[in-house]
Amino acid sequence: MAMRRFLSCALLATSLCAGAASAQTTLRIGLAEDPDILDPTLARTYVGRIVFASLCDKLVDISPTLEVVPQLATEWHWTDDNKGLVMTLRQGVTFQDGEKMDAASVKFSLERHLTLPGSNRKAEISALKSVEIVDDHTVKLVLDKPFAPLLAQLTDRAGMIVSPKAAQEEGDKFGEHPVCAGPFKFTERVAQDRIVLDRFPDYWNKDAIHFDRIVFLPIADSTVRLSNVQSGQLDLVERVAATDLDTVRKDTRLKLATITSLAYNGITINTGNGDRAKNPLGQNTQVREALELSIDRTALNQVVFNGEFAAGNQWEPPSSPWYVKDMPIPGRDIVKAKALLAAAGVPHPSFTMMVPTNPETLRAAQVIQSMAGEAGFDIKIQATEFASSLDLAVKGDFEAYLIGWSGRTDPDGNLYNFVGCKAPPALNTGHYCTPDLEPLLDASRTAAAVDERLADYAKIAAITLVDRPIVYLWHQKWLYAMSSKLNGFTPYPDGLIRPQGIVMQ
Amino acid sequence: MTAFLLRRVALIVPTLFFVSLLIFGLQQLLPADPALAMAGEERDPAVVAFLREKYHLNEPLPVRYWLWVKGITVGDFGESIRIKRPVRDLILEKLPVTGELAGLAMLVALCIGVPAGIIAAVKRDTAIDYGATMAALWGVSIPNFWLGILLIMLFSVTLGWLPASGFVSPAESLKQNLLTLIMPAFVLGNAIAAVMMRHTRSAMLQVLSADYVRTARAKGLSQASVILRHALRNALIPVVTLGALEFGALLSGAVLTEQVFTIPGFGKLIVDAVFNRDYAVVQGVVLCTALAYILLNLLADIAYVLINPRLRA
Amino acid sequence: MTAAPLDAALIDAEAGEAPWQRALRHLVKRRAAIAGLGVVLFFVALAILAPLVSPYDPLATNWAAVRKPPSWLHPFGTDEIGRDVLARVIWGSRASLLAGLVSISLALAAGVPVGLVSGYAGGFVDGLLMRMVDAMLAIPFLILAIALAAFLGPSLANAMVAIGVSQTPIFARLTRGQVLVVKHEDYIEAARAIGNPHYRIVLRHIFPNIVPPLLVQATLAAAAAIIAEAALSFLGLGEQPPDPSWGSMLNTAKNFISQAPWMAVWPGLAIFSLVLSLNLFGDGLRDTLDPRRG
Repeated sequence: MAMRRFLSCALLATSLCAGAASAQTTLRIGLAEDPDILDPTLARTYVGRIVFASLCDKLVDISPTLEVVPQLATEWHWTDDNKGLVMTLRQGVTFQDGEKMDAASVKFSLERHLTLPGSNRKAEISALKSVEIVDDHTVKLVLDKPFAPLLAQLTDRAGMIVSPKAAQEEGDKFGEHPVCAGPFKFTERVAQDRIVLDRFPDYWNKDAIHFDRIVFLPIADSTVRLSNVQSGQLDLVERVAATDLDTVRKDTRLKLATITSLAYNGITINTGNGDRAKNPLGQNTQVREALELSIDRTALNQVVFNGEFAAGNQWEPPSSPWYVKDMPIPGRDIVKAKALLAAAGVPHPSFTMMVPTNPETLRAAQVIQSMAGEAGFDIKIQATEFASSLDLAVKGDFEAYLIGWSGRTDPDGNLYNFVGCKAPPALNTGHYCTPDLEPLLDASRTAAAVDERLADYAKIAAITLVDRPIVYLWHQKWLYAMSSKLNGFTPYPDGLIRPQGIVMQ
Repeated sequence: MTAFLLRRVALIVPTLFFVSLLIFGLQQLLPADPALAMAGEERDPAVVAFLREKYHLNEPLPVRYWLWVKGITVGDFGESIRIKRPVRDLILEKLPVTGELAGLAMLVALCIGVPAGIIAAVKRDTAIDYGATMAALWGVSIPNFWLGILLIMLFSVTLGWLPASGFVSPAESLKQNLLTLIMPAFVLGNAIAAVMMRHTRSAMLQVLSADYVRTARAKGLSQASVILRHALRNALIPVVTLGALEFGALLSGAVLTEQVFTIPGFGKLIVDAVFNRDYAVVQGVVLCTALAYILLNLLADIAYVLINPRLRA
Repeated sequence: MTAAPLDAALIDAEAGEAPWQRALRHLVKRRAAIAGLGVVLFFVALAILAPLVSPYDPLATNWAAVRKPPSWLHPFGTDEIGRDVLARVIWGSRASLLAGLVSISLALAAGVPVGLVSGYAGGFVDGLLMRMVDAMLAIPFLILAIALAAFLGPSLANAMVAIGVSQTPIFARLTRGQVLVVKHEDYIEAARAIGNPHYRIVLRHIFPNIVPPLLVQATLAAAAAIIAEAALSFLGLGEQPPDPSWGSMLNTAKNFISQAPWMAVWPGLAIFSLVLSLNLFGDGLRDTLDPRRG
C-alpha cells in the first residue's frame, strides 16, 4: 500500500512536471465531509454524490428548475399503462476504461443496484421488476405497478451506469477504483485527505469541460473551509455557514452562489411509536398546533441563519413548483397558541426535544425553546450525537426530534416515507398513520400528469398540515463560496457541483 | 539486566490484553447500532440486516472479541465500515503523517521548554525566571484548537503566508509539507513545552547541586561553561527519555490539532471513527498507539537503567 | 525517588517548626504561586456568587441584540442569540470549575485507593492492578475521554466522569510510587512491629506522608481537566446549550471570529487565566514541598 502510494506520488510529481509545461488546470473543491465508499450502488453520503457528479454520469439529470433532462439517455417515454419506461441511449458513449456503453451495460448496472448485497439503491428503485434489452441502444424498464417517481430516481445514483467489465473484475472492491462514464476518471484517493480525478479525454460532452483535474478536499469545519478559499488554497467550497455570508459578500477575492435546496428541517413528533408517544404533544393535535403557532419562522431564520435560509411549512419549499399554494406559512400567534393549550387542558405542556449535536441545529433548538416558552411550553433540549439520535428515533425513544431530510428531486421522496402507514418504520420514526391519507398518497405516486399530482398533494396537505406529525420549519439554501476568478458555476437545487461549464479565467 | 529486560517485555502481553478489552468494550457498547449508522439515508432494513450479518454484529460479545483478536494475530485489523478499506491500510497510511507532526511538535517543545527550564533553574525566582516560566506555561493554558484557529485567522486569512489547512506529503514537496505543518506543530508543541520545561528545570536543579558541578565552579570555570558543558549534558538525558513518554500526550493533543488543521493523521481518523461508529478503526488505531506507547516506555526505561547503573538493583 | 522527605522533616522538627509551617513560609515567598492562588480563589468566588454578581440571566435571549459589540449595556457584548456574554462568562465559571474539581475528585477517589492497595500489597495484586493501570495509560488521554463521553452521552456531567476516569491511572501510579518509597521507612516497620493492622498502617501512617505530591498533581491535573472540558465541548461532547461553559462558548464562538470576536475573547481569557494560575500555583506548591530546596 505504501509502495502504491509512493508510486502514485512519483507519477503525480512527474505528471506535474510534464503538466507544468502545458499549464494543467486544477479545480480544488472543499467538501464538508469525507465521502464514503465511491461505489454508486453502495454509497450513502450526500458529499459522495458531489464527487459522483464529476465521476459518474447517469441516465438522466435534472435542470436547475427540476425538469428531467437527457444525459446518458437521450429520450424516453412511458408505455403499458405507465408500467414500462422505454429509454433510448446516447450513441458513442465510452466508459473510462474504454469499454462501450450499450443496453447490456445499462441492464447490468440497474440489476447490480437491485441485487448487490448491501445495495443502498434497492429501496429507491424497488418498483423496478426487470430490465429488457430492446436493441443495442434501447432499454425497457418494467415495473409491476405505475410509479411516477422512478424517473426522478434515475437522476441520482440509481441511474448511474458503471462499466460491467470493471465491476465484475473488482467485485466489491469496485468502490476503490470506480469506472463510470463521467467527465473525470478516478486517479487517487487518500482517506480523509483528498480525492483526485483526472479528465477523461473521451467523455461524450468533452467540450463542456475546461479543467484537467479536480481535487476534492474534505474539511469539516466551515470556518476553516472558508479560510481556505479566502487564502486561495481552494477554488470552491460548499456549505458555507449562513452566518459567514456577509464576510463572503464583503471579500473581493470571493464570489457567492446560492439556491434553495430540496431539503427540509423540522420537528418530527412521536405520535405512535411506543410509550413515549403517549403525551399531550404526541396525542393532541391542538397542542401541536399551539407549538407551530408559537414559533416565528421568519425570526428563527433571521436569528439562526442571518435570514439567509428559506422559512417553510411544508415538505417542499415555497419556491418549489410542488408547493401547495393555498396553505401558506402561518405567522406567529401567541394568543391563539395559549387559547389552544387552555382548550386542550394543558396550559404548560412539557416535552423533551432530541437535537443532533450540530451547531446550527442546536442554535435553532434554543430559539425554538425560547419562543415556545412564551406560549407556555417547557421544552428540554436533549443534545444527542447524530448516530445515537437516529438509533433512539427508530426505537421510538423520543418525544420530539429536530431533524431534517436531505430532500429528493421528486416530492414523493420528501413525503411518502415520512407520513405513510406503509412507510418504512426506520424513516417514519414517529409512526404516524392516518388511514384516510393512504389512498391519496398512492394516487400521488401513480398519476403521471403534474396537475393531477398537484391536486393530490393539495388534498394530502389538508390532512397532514392540520395533523402536524411534522412541524416543518425551514429549508436550507446551498451556499457556495468561490474564487472571483471562477466562472460558469450554476447551483442546482440538489446541491451537486456539476463541472460542465465551469471555467477559471 | 537480561532478567529485567525479559520481565519487562513479558509484561507487555497482559497490558495489551487489558487495552484490547478496554477499547473493545468501549466501542462495542457505544449506544447506537453501527449497522443503522452505516446504512444509507433510506435506512433500508435489508441493508441493515446485511451489514449486521457481514460484520458479525448479531453474535454475542465474547464471540466478536475472539473474532477480532484472532484477526489481529494474522494482521487483519478489520475493515472500516464507512469506506470499506482494511484498517491496517488506513493505519499504515496515517502513521507517517501523525509521526511527522509529533516529531516536529516535540522539536518545538524542546526548543521552547529546554531553554526555559535552564533559565528557570539557573536564575531562580528572578524576573527572568517568571518570563521563561510564562513562555513555557502559556501553551498549556490555552485550548489548542483555539490557538490553532487564531493562528489560521492571522497567518492564512489575513497575511496569506501559510496554508490554512491540509497536508502535503514530503514525497510530493518537502517545502509544502513543512509549510502545512508549521502551525500545527507549533500549536501541538506548545502544549508539551510546559512539561519539557518542568523536566529540564528539575533535572538541572538536581545536577547543579551535584559535587562535580561544585568542583567545576571551584576550579574557576565560568557560569556559562559550567551550565553548558557539565550540567546540561547530564540533565538532558533524563529530559529526553522522559520526553519519549510524552508521546501519549502528543497523540492526545494531535486529536484536536489535526481536526482544526485538517491533517489526515491518526487523531482525525479516530475522532471521525468514534462519531461514525466505525468501531474497527477505533479499536485498531488505539491498539497500535497503545503498543507504540508501551514500547517507547520500555525503551525509555532501558535507556534510564543503562545510564544510571544505580537503578539496576 | 528519594528518601528525603523524612530527613527534611527531621531537620525542621529539630528547628522547632512544623513541616506545614515551613512549607507555607516557602510558598509565600514564591510570588507567582501566590498570584496564581489568588486568581483561582477569585474565580471560585465568582462561581459561588454568580447569582449575585451576574448582570443578566445567562439564558435570557434577545432577538434584537444578536451579536452586538461591547457597550455600556453589555460590557462583554452579546452572543449569537442575543445573550449577555459577561453573564455567561460569570455563570460559565461554575461549569469550568466543576469540570476541574469533580473530575479530579473522581480521579483521586478512584486512583488513590488503587495505588495504596497496589503499592502496599505488592506481589500478584500489584502486578494485576498495575497492568490494568498501564493499559489505561497506554490509551492517549483525550481519546479515552472522547470514547467514554461518546459512550455516556454528551453532557457536562458525563464529560466530567470521562475526564475523571481518564485521569485515574495517573493518580494510581503516583500513589503507588510514593507508597513504595515510604513503605520501607523505619516508622512503618515500627508500626508493623507493634502489631498495627494493615489498614491502620495504610491510612494513618502511609497516606498522610504521601499527600504532598498528590496535591501537586491534583492541582496540575485540574488545570488539564479544564482544558479537556473545552476540548470535549469543541467536539460537541461537553456542556450542552443553552447552559454556559467557557469551553462550549469557545466552540460556538469559533464560527464567528471575524463577525463577533468578543464572543471568543472573554471565555478564552477566562480559561487562560484560570488554567495558567492553576499551573503556576501547582508548580509553586511542588517547589515548596520538594525537599531538595535550600
